[in-house]
Amino acid sequence: MNFQPTQDQQLFARTVRELLEKECPPEAARAGFSMDRWEKLREMGVVDMLAQGMNEVDLVGILEEAGRVALPEPLIEAAMIAAGVIEGVVTAAVGTKYAANADVADVIVIERGGALLSVAREAVTLQRADTIDAARPLFLITGGHERGTVLEADTGLADLRATLGASAELLGLAARCIEMAGDYAKERHQFGKPIGSFQAVKHKLADALLHLEFARPVVYRAAWSLANNEETKARDVSMAKAMAGEAASGAARAALQTLGAIGYTQEHDLHIWMKRIWALNAAWGNPDEHRARVASTVIG
Amino acid sequence: MDLAFSPQEQAFRDECASWFAANPPGRLDSMDTPAGFEQHRAWEKRLHDAGWSAVNWPRAFGGRDATLIEWLIFEEEYYRAGAPRRLNQNGLFLLAPTLLEFGTEEQKQRYLPTIASCDEIWCQGWSEPNAGSDLASLTSRATRDGNDWVLRGQKTWASRGVYADWMFGLFRSDPGSERHRGLSYILVPLDAPGVTVRPIAQLDGEPGFAEVFLDDVRVPIANTLGPEGDGWKIAMSTAGFERGVVLRSPGRYMATAARLIELFKEHGSPAAVQDDVARAWMNADAYRLATFWAVSKLMSGGTIGAEASLNKLWWSEMDLHMHETAMRLLGEDATLDGPWLDGFVFSLAGPIYAGTNEIQRNIVAERVLGLPRS
Repeated sequence: MNFQPTQDQQLFARTVRELLEKECPPEAARAGFSMDRWEKLREMGVVDMLAQGMNEVDLVGILEEAGRVALPEPLIEAAMIAAGVIEGVVTAAVGTKYAANADVADVIVIERGGALLSVAREAVTLQRADTIDAARPLFLITGGHERGTVLEADTGLADLRATLGASAELLGLAARCIEMAGDYAKERHQFGKPIGSFQAVKHKLADALLHLEFARPVVYRAAWSLANNEETKARDVSMAKAMAGEAASGAARAALQTLGAIGYTQEHDLHIWMKRIWALNAAWGNPDEHRARVASTVIG
Repeated sequence: MDLAFSPQEQAFRDECASWFAANPPGRLDSMDTPAGFEQHRAWEKRLHDAGWSAVNWPRAFGGRDATLIEWLIFEEEYYRAGAPRRLNQNGLFLLAPTLLEFGTEEQKQRYLPTIASCDEIWCQGWSEPNAGSDLASLTSRATRDGNDWVLRGQKTWASRGVYADWMFGLFRSDPGSERHRGLSYILVPLDAPGVTVRPIAQLDGEPGFAEVFLDDVRVPIANTLGPEGDGWKIAMSTAGFERGVVLRSPGRYMATAARLIELFKEHGSPAAVQDDVARAWMNADAYRLATFWAVSKLMSGGTIGAEASLNKLWWSEMDLHMHETAMRLLGEDATLDGPWLDGFVFSLAGPIYAGTNEIQRNIVAERVLGLPRS
């Protein structure tokens, strides 16, 4: 038993953090998909890690970093569902109703009759859904399966991997919300003091951190269970999504309340992170659905 | 990263499990009653005779040199077997790690073996009538007189103080000092002249608390743990154990969650409670994972600081939530005597002792998130 990411995993995650902080500052996270950044992610080897023989545990730390910067690109879909084997820009509607960033994708992975198909974007009809998370547009996909190529992939596994990926991004998104709220609480003065000196603010942010810190090992355990094909892998992934999702939505809510009116605008960056949390919390099953799955396993 | 137990760890688990199977603890009366106290002491003797009392201590003091992971395995098997809370937990889980870190060789040899054997029961002498959350405002004094301290003051809320033989206390040893400075950590025999122990009935009616009056009690200077005047630092190390992994191993909560699932089924699996039962199991499992995470970090040379406060928040609120859920399942029988009611009443203390959860949230906000002090 040694439940810590390896030195290599920590080092790689740090390297990715440095790249993403440079390539995806808040104004870029606002602007949405960037082909230039997508190519850099490819060069970095982040998109095809699974195809290169790395596993889910290696990827969790990377996706956490993607969440920290509210990365707009469809990394979860490309790395976890398409497993990096498809060239160009790839997204997916597997385990979700909508495909994110489908307008810029070369290939979209869809599910049909229990199998995964890769379909060229030109072969499908895209219907844009008006979402509040403008940096990560969503599309309903229809048609195209007759022109798709069957992927040799396990649909259930792809769904579990994507759910894990969303859980990992939610951790990073939550961490950044808590940081933004903490920074603001140190600087914003009312009644002659930083608002972060008031217990009402302190306790709210301490609670947000509590739920984040206890969700993180749950997400890593789910990654380990997937990488090792454990019998409990589906339950462990559900528990990860349920706990990371609730931790993240709680962190967003605490951050919004701490920032007050400025948090309720598009002038501050918080809304980018908060909206992504709402979107990923709802995608691949929300916490209620996943908790119900855990319940059916552990209660029976 | 490897979440599988090694063959040695698995063998250790098997050894624990077979011992508990052969030595079932049975259900004991409350440790705060005279009869229950003796039952618990007898159980502790059996544990000690078989070498299970303090598995992670060095062999020289009655342990097995077990790793922290093995200790967690022991705890899982201990509570899975339905074994009771530890009678000498203040000694085992609070004083002993502090002694191992700060004690002299002589002190370790003098005190550790009798903690493990339960021949000497310890209580904690920190809180005072006017120093609770604001512990640094304590006023009990230690005045030097030759080779002795002369102790004067009043300690309170000492759990198991009524049955204890010794108390580890914090005293103001520098009369001119204020707040965190000038305190000393002193080991006090409760049979010394000038000590008066007054029982206080807890919620369940049993004398689980004691108030300890010290009227010019003479204690050798050699009973000081760590340097004179450094008591606060040493006490905060004890508090780290109290809040962190060592006092509250996950095994207990996992066992409670498993029993809660049984209770849920026995009561017809009411739909309105199912979500809370699922949350209870998930919270306990998450606590187990977080503990393995923290212990792995410690074993690879890392440290745990103010994060221990996060731990305390989690286990205390999880424990209370599980027992509140059980009370809901029991319906009108909720207030009848029984293990769930005992557990519920005990769980209510969790957010209060070892530093209230309000204090823990302040610590997390200030030391982990870096928010300004009030």
